[in-house]
Amino acid sequence: MAQLTVSDLTLGYEGKGLVEGLNFTIESGDYLCIVGENGSGKTTLMKTLLHLQEPLSGEIRFGDDLRANEIGYLPQQTVVQKDFPASVREIVLSGCQGRSGLRPFYRRREKALAEENMKKMGVMDLAGRCYRELSGGQQQRVLLARALCATRKVLLLDEPVSGLDPKVTAEMYRLIGELHREGVTIIMISHDITAAIRYATHILHIGKKIFYGTTDAYLQSDVGHMFLLEHEEEVEA
Amino acid sequence: MIDKLVMYLQFPLVRYALIVGVLIALCSSLLGVILVLKRFSYIGDGLSHVAFGAMAVASVMHLMNQMILILPVTIICAILLLRTGQNTKIKGDAAIAMISVGALALGYLLMNLFSTSSNVSGDVCSTLFGSTSILTLTIREVWLCVILSIVVVILFVLFYNKIFAVTFDENFARAVGTKAERYNLLLAVVTAVIIVLAMNLVGSLLISALVIFPALSSMRIFHSFRSVTITSAVLSVLCATSGIVISILVGTPVGSTIVAVDAACFLICSLAGCFAGGVHK
Repeated sequence: MAQLTVSDLTLGYEGKGLVEGLNFTIESGDYLCIVGENGSGKTTLMKTLLHLQEPLSGEIRFGDDLRANEIGYLPQQTVVQKDFPASVREIVLSGCQGRSGLRPFYRRREKALAEENMKKMGVMDLAGRCYRELSGGQQQRVLLARALCATRKVLLLDEPVSGLDPKVTAEMYRLIGELHREGVTIIMISHDITAAIRYATHILHIGKKIFYGTTDAYLQSDVGHMFLLEHEEEVEA
Repeated sequence: MIDKLVMYLQFPLVRYALIVGVLIALCSSLLGVILVLKRFSYIGDGLSHVAFGAMAVASVMHLMNQMILILPVTIICAILLLRTGQNTKIKGDAAIAMISVGALALGYLLMNLFSTSSNVSGDVCSTLFGSTSILTLTIREVWLCVILSIVVVILFVLFYNKIFAVTFDENFARAVGTKAERYNLLLAVVTAVIIVLAMNLVGSLLISALVIFPALSSMRIFHSFRSVTITSAVLSVLCATSGIVISILVGTPVGSTIVAVDAACFLICSLAGCFAGGVHK
């Protein structure tokens, strides 16, 4: 059974539909990129998958023992975080909050998990540093380590490379790719269509036309052709 | 100097004032760290004006126990202001400003129209600046304050990790199953209670100082949430104690003296922060 099944989903704000009739399934180990123009509803879709927002209609089913709160999330940075006094260790550890339930303090096992994920993301030596003093790439790796504390199954990434320079962007994609090879399902919102077709196994294009399928199928499709063409024009302009 | 202080400490009223002052300073500084980070620095001001308005209504209605009206009204306003954070028609700061000024005006208007006292502006002034009420506390009020402070500190320690998580990244917290709304509600109720208590200490106009100064001071120097929280509590208690002692010795108004000490502390911390920052980089 699929890890995540979305059927007949309608998304939108205050009764106004943004996207209608969305159907797709995500299998364990997929690497799905969600692409589309600005304002097409990518972020709304992500919020709905995370249960931060109710869909207007349709349903999202979880399978393969995946519970709704077992999705790791890498959000876009908020204004509040820019000058938040918090050490890297505190932030990564807060990824364990879903595991601890109502228990007020973190156990040794959770601290060990945080440590392991900091090592994995290469931010162990920054553990005592203040989050707001780190570079953009380092901050993203810290948030990725936090997301890994919440899950080993599915990661939802909202524009993980926005605002990063090309070298750091490549490093970020390498890290995400590595997690994917370890069996973590990746769902990523991206502006970067060229990277999407290079790394993803599946593409979901939302907007006026909806496409869902493998990356190869997307490249053959009309929607894919059009979108890539527009993107190239944008780059040239 | 010391003799004079010892002499004053013989009076129970002075001891009560010190106990209540220190406890309120402790609680408000713990909350202050969260409120400042949530961009709600001004909520202390807004809510205390609401409490002032409610107090005016209560005295016009000749209620014996004014808390019956003041506390619920303030709590409701706190919930409305804090809960609706992102998705309201009127945004956070505008909503606070509107409620704050509205309640202040209404309160003063009512007191002027229906007051039984001969010295209305004196009454209003002492409520706004808390000039005397801290030195006229009864033992019951002191106990109430002690119990509420203990409750606030226990709640804060128990929910410390959740509060951090929800303040740092509410969406992430909700995505992994933390009930962020509940913590926001708890925060709103506790904030309202502390503010109503603190009105006795520094009065409506200066409450924001107790909430924001210790938090801002410690943020100048420290860089992790835990050290900021602890330092903020320590600084706040120190400033409140020295403020009350100074005001007793020199005979200045209690509220404004505490705030002045807090402000001086902030300046020192800023300088220390600049210096330390310069050394690190």
